Amino acid sequence: MLAADYRGPYRVRAERKPEPAIHHPRDAIVRVTRSCICGSDLHLYHGLVPDTRVGMTFGHEFCGIVEEVGAEVGNLSPGDHVLVPFNIACGQCHFCKQGLFGNCHEANPEATAVGGIYGYSHTAGGYDGGQAQYARVPYADFGPTLIPDGMDLDDAVLLTDIVPTGYQAAEMGGIQKGDTVVVFGAGPVGIMAARCAWLFGAGRVLVIDHVDYRLEFASRYCPAEVYNFAAIDDMALFIKKQTDSLGADVCIDAVGGDAAGSMLRTLLGKKLKLEAGSAITLHWAINSVKKGGIVSIVGVYGPTGNLIPMGNVVNKGITIRANQASVKRLLPRLIEHVQAGRIDPKALITHRLPLEEVSDAYRLFSAKLDACIKPVLYPNGGA
Amino acid sequence: MVSKSSRQAIDPATVNGWGVDADSRNDPTYPYRDRAADQAKGMAWERPPLQPEDVEVLRSLEHNRRPAVFGVSVPPSGVSGMIRRAAFTYSESDWRHWLMLLGADRVNMLEGILADLIGGRVPNIPAEMGVRAEWQHNRDSLVRKAAIAATVSTVAIVLLRRRAAGRERRAGRL
Ligand SMILES: NC(=O)c1ccc[n+]([C@@H]2O[C@H](COP(=O)([O-])OP(=O)(O)OC[C@H]3O[C@@H](n4cnc5c(N)ncnc54)[C@H](O)[C@@H]3O)[C@@H](O)[C@H]2O)c1
Ligand SMILES: [Zn+2]
Ligand SMILES: [Zn+2]
Repeated sequence: MLAADYRGPYRVRAERKPEPAIHHPRDAIVRVTRSCICGSDLHLYHGLVPDTRVGMTFGHEFCGIVEEVGAEVGNLSPGDHVLVPFNIACGQCHFCKQGLFGNCHEANPEATAVGGIYGYSHTAGGYDGGQAQYARVPYADFGPTLIPDGMDLDDAVLLTDIVPTGYQAAEMGGIQKGDTVVVFGAGPVGIMAARCAWLFGAGRVLVIDHVDYRLEFASRYCPAEVYNFAAIDDMALFIKKQTDSLGADVCIDAVGGDAAGSMLRTLLGKKLKLEAGSAITLHWAINSVKKGGIVSIVGVYGPTGNLIPMGNVVNKGITIRANQASVKRLLPRLIEHVQAGRIDPKALITHRLPLEEVSDAYRLFSAKLDACIKPVLYPNGGA
Repeated sequence: MVSKSSRQAIDPATVNGWGVDADSRNDPTYPYRDRAADQAKGMAWERPPLQPEDVEVLRSLEHNRRPAVFGVSVPPSGVSGMIRRAAFTYSESDWRHWLMLLGADRVNMLEGILADLIGGRVPNIPAEMGVRAEWQHNRDSLVRKAAIAATVSTVAIVLLRRRAAGRERRAGRL
């Protein structure tokens, strides 16, 4: 089959590989119909995630048709079209029982802090991902969800990560009616978080980025007040001025360790790897939120450590809430939102490409060329 | 050194004031964690069947047993594999673990190029880096970068030649 193949930082190519096999009675094999590239993949692509091995296939946002199921998968049959949550979760461990499907304890030997994630380095379990014609889906009797009749596949594939992650970012913000919410990052996740902030009753939504076409999209789609940080000298001061000097009720970090905006942080975190990526967004979030406010983090950082103004977290009485999105927990509600037209996921998709063009797709998304917001690969034709 | 080894050493019920201010609403993990389902303490859950270990899987020291399923993508091999195995002798909490893994990743990249060459293939690195997308959508900047690279290398070559020529002249005088 054809599959994306990681060769080293900034290098991915389409390559012939053996088709995946069933390794466990709860496995299924899925023929992939849609597979996105995510901002999370960029951390891998940029070489920031430890234990990213040459030869791995990335891809944790995909849907597809069940080809084959293991002996213990009773609820799926070949031919079913499913969307596959990006978390690999057993559904029965201590954490899954509590709905923490992003934190399953039975899916990742290489780390305890990280759950199992498709195509996300060995630090997330060493699974080949869905940027391929076929993918192995563990715990297939638990994770995959039948795509509802009539749902567009482009909507379905965004329900595997982007919509739940944006939604959970807003949910973790504990937004109360009338709250002022600042979202850092106007990538797919930040855009979705800002959209969902309204569903929780936000009174004002501000989105910060430095890529104008994305800000413009966010201003219409979310909708939101948008600001380019390249034109802002001091972020905390700016947010204070926007909020009668008190600060925002909720700040959401939808950027993570690949953040731009501070040369020093870029040097320390991204070049020298002395920090787990650049934590400038988190720095801004902590210093821009109100006393007693909430900082919600879905942006991904590496496993080592980051410089953040911890003293201010204490002195301001800030609550920090963070996690990998628990996709399966949120799907029923989010499917309702999509069907009711309250969320329009596929509007984020700007590029549809065949898997053969995966090298260019990564470049387009990473370098933000051609007004790219969300690229989707069609590994089995149709693009 | 003072330490208390037995977990059962203190019975909460015997502690003066135990639980008087307990409040089940005091839970910042609502609604993404269902604490009502947090009954069995410890690793007492019924496990999924165990995937047979037919490839080498490195295990975090912080796991007291191997999780039931795992990925079978690229098992450790070569020099990078040796570094990875060594990295897994440190816990996830130890920076050496992660820094060694990052180091292994860089070595692994060289191994990948070598494996290509041994397999009779010269990797088309610009294509793998998506140069076509740059050419289509960001041509000016691509051309500028190429021009800078070309100028820098030309200047470097000229300077090196001059120095070499100078050395020869000086050597000739002796
Ligand atoms: N927690 C989860 O479950 C989960 C799931 C998916 C993605 N993520 C993470 O969410 C983050 C965003 O994902 P995405 O797909 O939207 O990525 P993306 O790379 O498309 O978007 C990130 C955006 O942040 C902007 N940015 C950079 N520095 C900034 C700064 N200092 N302030 C404000 N904006 C800045 C970039 O210009 C870009 O538009 C990533 O870190 C990704 O790994 C987390
Ligand atoms: Zn993703
Ligand atoms: Zn689990």
